[in-house]
Amino acid sequence: MNMMEAPPIGPGNAQVMNRFALTKRLVAKLKDEAVIGGIGNSNFDLWAAGHRPENFYMLGSMGLACPIALGVALAQPKRRVIALEGDGSLLMQVGSLATIAMLKPKNLVIVVLDNRSYQITGGQPTATAAGADLVTMARGAGIAQSAWAADEEMFDEMMARALTQDGPWLIAVRIDDKPGDGATERDPPIITARFMTGIGIKR
Amino acid sequence: MPDQESHAGPAWHEIVCATLKANDVRLVTYVPDNVLKPLINAVHADSYFTAFVTTREEEAVGIVAGAWMAGLRGIVLMQTSGFATLANVLASLPVAFQIPVLLMVSERGVLGEFNLGQAMVARTMRPVLDSLAMVNHTITRFDELEFILDRSIKQAAATRAPACFILSPMLTGGKVFKA
Ligand SMILES: Cc1ncc(C[n+]2csc(CCOP(=O)(O)OP(=O)(O)O)c2C)c(N)n1
Repeated sequence: MNMMEAPPIGPGNAQVMNRFALTKRLVAKLKDEAVIGGIGNSNFDLWAAGHRPENFYMLGSMGLACPIALGVALAQPKRRVIALEGDGSLLMQVGSLATIAMLKPKNLVIVVLDNRSYQITGGQPTATAAGADLVTMARGAGIAQSAWAADEEMFDEMMARALTQDGPWLIAVRIDDKPGDGATERDPPIITARFMTGIGIKR
Repeated sequence: MPDQESHAGPAWHEIVCATLKANDVRLVTYVPDNVLKPLINAVHADSYFTAFVTTREEEAVGIVAGAWMAGLRGIVLMQTSGFATLANVLASLPVAFQIPVLLMVSERGVLGEFNLGQAMVARTMRPVLDSLAMVNHTITRFDELEFILDRSIKQAAATRAPACFILSPMLTGGKVFKA
């Protein structure tokens, strides 16, 4: 009798992790990569994990972490660029996945933090709570290298590959319903100035 | 008579391309508009530009904002109804973060347009620009096009403020109702 193949990792069997814990794991491995934190919790935990000059904290334009990251990636093809985006935000600008697939930026990595809710506005369920699978959607858009991370160890392995091999990549993680660990200092012009200096651009 | 028809020199889209080049604006993102067709074709045909379509105007603004911060200057092309989707994104990204995103809007819904939806939404554009205190110019004449674009792009970069160029049908010819 043949051994049963292990079922593929999907949103139903991926371990539920924690955004801040994952963000800290990610940031600990970074060198000069640019990171764009999406609205609310996605950038709060990026800030809480320890500010780095290559971080951009997006404050009000829900859904634009991936487009901003794409712009940075096109402008600086030698630098890896990571977008951290929530499930609600990605659903709002889901067409951006098709644009990214069309352009195929080798240096772009999207990390989707799926808590199946709009946590910051009161925890209302998003469509992923009803079964929408953002990895399937990303593959359908044409980002072939899209997958769920089963656990923290697999997340580390996937990130290590995404930071060294040609993208675009989309890594999705299931996370719990905890809010972000604190809040980013909200001073947009200073955020812009620090980010530009951090990625070597004279403002 | 629209200025386009009385004009013997380069076409409006040729002036736009040359002025973008003169100011190192290489990235062009857009959601298509029929009147902008010659400009869209021209930037695709010229390898100087990185030009591509996006699924929404908001997305296009995000891409150009990211690129500008990372050292690549860009402009977003759209029509009036596309502009009408942008108030939140303009307020919270290029205006708040002081990123000189450039917008070029083909003005639809005015001067003989036949589409009632376009005509209604066109009324929202200038109030939004004015309430955000965004620099904006309506360009109606060939002899002003290069000057306005060139000076305003330089000013946008120097003052770290977004700017919007509205291309009037008096410049482009627009689209007319054939009765
Ligand atoms: C265009 C727009 N609509 C609504 C909001 C309000 N809003 C801010 S954050 C947010 C939820 C974001 O959800 P998600 O990306 O899943 O992140 P989470 O809060 O779950 O971490 C909403 C609805 C907004 N800022 N902008």
